[in-house]
Amino acid sequence: MIRLEDVCRYFDVGDEVVHALDHVTVEIPDGEYVSIMGPSGSGKSTLLNILGLLDTPSSGSYSLDGVNTSTMDDAELAHVRQQKIGFVFQSFHLVPRLSALENVELPMVLAGDQPTARQERGMAALNRVGLGHRDDHRPSQLSGGERQRVAIARAIVMQPTLLLADEPTGNLDSASGKEVVKIMEDLNQQGLTLLVVTHDPAIGERARRQLKFRDGRLAEDSARVA
Amino acid sequence: MRFLDCNRMAGASLWRYPGRTFMMLLATAIGVAAVLVLTSLGEAARRYVSAEFQSLGTHLVIVVPGRSETSGANPAMMVAETPRDLTLDDARAIQRSPSVQRLAPVVVGAASVQRGGLEREISILGTTAEFRPIRQWKMALGEFLPNVGMDRAAPVCVLGYTIREELFGTDPPLGQWVRVGDRRCRVSGVLAEQGTSIMIDVDEVVMIPVVDAQALFDSPGLFRIVIQATSREAMPLAQRDAKRIIRERHYGEEDVTVITQDSVLATFDKIFGNLTRALAGIASVSLVVAGVLIMNVMLVAVSQRTAEVGLLKALGATRRQIIALFLTEALFLAALGGVVGLGVGYGAVAGMRAFYDTLDFVPPVWAAAGALVVAIACGAFFGILPARRAADLDPIQALTGR
Repeated sequence: MIRLEDVCRYFDVGDEVVHALDHVTVEIPDGEYVSIMGPSGSGKSTLLNILGLLDTPSSGSYSLDGVNTSTMDDAELAHVRQQKIGFVFQSFHLVPRLSALENVELPMVLAGDQPTARQERGMAALNRVGLGHRDDHRPSQLSGGERQRVAIARAIVMQPTLLLADEPTGNLDSASGKEVVKIMEDLNQQGLTLLVVTHDPAIGERARRQLKFRDGRLAEDSARVA
Repeated sequence: MRFLDCNRMAGASLWRYPGRTFMMLLATAIGVAAVLVLTSLGEAARRYVSAEFQSLGTHLVIVVPGRSETSGANPAMMVAETPRDLTLDDARAIQRSPSVQRLAPVVVGAASVQRGGLEREISILGTTAEFRPIRQWKMALGEFLPNVGMDRAAPVCVLGYTIREELFGTDPPLGQWVRVGDRRCRVSGVLAEQGTSIMIDVDEVVMIPVVDAQALFDSPGLFRIVIQATSREAMPLAQRDAKRIIRERHYGEEDVTVITQDSVLATFDKIFGNLTRALAGIASVSLVVAGVLIMNVMLVAVSQRTAEVGLLKALGATRRQIIALFLTEALFLAALGGVVGLGVGYGAVAGMRAFYDTLDFVPPVWAAAGALVVAIACGAFFGILPARRAADLDPIQALTGR
């Protein structure tokens, strides 16, 4: 359960204060499939960073599963990120010198898990994205779609409750894009809360609920309209 | 994060940028090698001077008549008024001490030495056969004074190297008669060239048995008693024994000064030890410079690795973990550079030794250990700033950049 209440995020740009997020209040129940759309500069990336605990609101409160995150220190935030949130980025951000499996294991390495457990769960995650047979390939030996699937496997290896995807199909052709979206939707079917930031309406409209942002404000919420 | 994984990740990062890693290794290695080379210079000088002093003889303890309040050799000691002479009986008494290996009484004076029509006023040294092994003198010709008791007279003399040339030129001197003061004696040997030591030009001296010298100068007093202790450890013992025996024999009056070669040597040791430490300090500056270089290169590296740091944060890395990763990298660099530097340093010192073998170039162990420790400490200290910079990076820009 995600609850944003009156969240603002300002940036000082020179003498000007930019309102990247302007009094945003929204609630997303567990297992929801939400797309976040809007032109660039509308605040959707800022929202994603705040939801992913990579950034903190200038004002307002953000509570995740009933816990207010604004009082957490760095180590607690990192822990929540590690355990509850998976990220998928537009440009994959795989580590080039590591194999697919090692990339997937990376969050578990940071969590301090044993190598045997890492391998077991890493392989399970790779199998879920249909890449179990590619475990020893480097990212450079994989296609774009396969890379993004490895990134999804990495995002779910810690069994998070929330998957945040930032333009996950932005660097992919439409065929592999569809494949990637399908995998994420399957995960959503199994109970994972899915948030996709996109400006591709074809992708955005697949979500059960659509949030549209303009100038840092939540301009349209399909749930509220309905 | 497990310790092993942290090390592996840090190592992998270093491996990924070989050029940068090599430069930082090189800086540290040069610093450590400089410490080794410079301290080995200081150490070599110390050993050289020590060896020169050892060549006077080893484990020497010298008894000088007259009480001196200062320690070490000084000219006043030689002219000091002494209430009681140091005698051959004193020397014999001291010889019975178990810490004495060899002992030679010495009488010094001047007399005319004459051969044929040639005559010269020369320093005469009256002593015994023991004096040669104590001073480790070598003979050019013949033999030193006969090895008879110290109170046995003998009509023989030993010539210094220059004296022999002056009196005999190219004639063979052995067995020839010369006149020393009012007595005639045969030349039993000629010393090899020795040069000046302890203020006496040995090449310009004629040596005769000690009792002959006492008779010649008509004085029972000894100039000094030279003792060789059985070992370095026995030197203080010999010193104590000599003082005690003289005090007992001189009715409770300790009217002699006993100096040890050690006390003089210790002074030089201290001077050169300090010199070596100063050189180590100067060389350590290069280690600090290497540390600053590591810091700068890593600061640049951190800004290039924003995306990597951002990813790690997104995957749940804490600030502390990021700092640990970058610090580990810095420590790896410093430690590896230090070890390479030790190799290079020892190699360079071996080269110096091969090239210039008069001096014994050996870097002191404390310098090698110290250089390594300072290198690693510099790595840790100068790694802190880049590591904190990395942990404070704003990962959002790099991750969402498209």
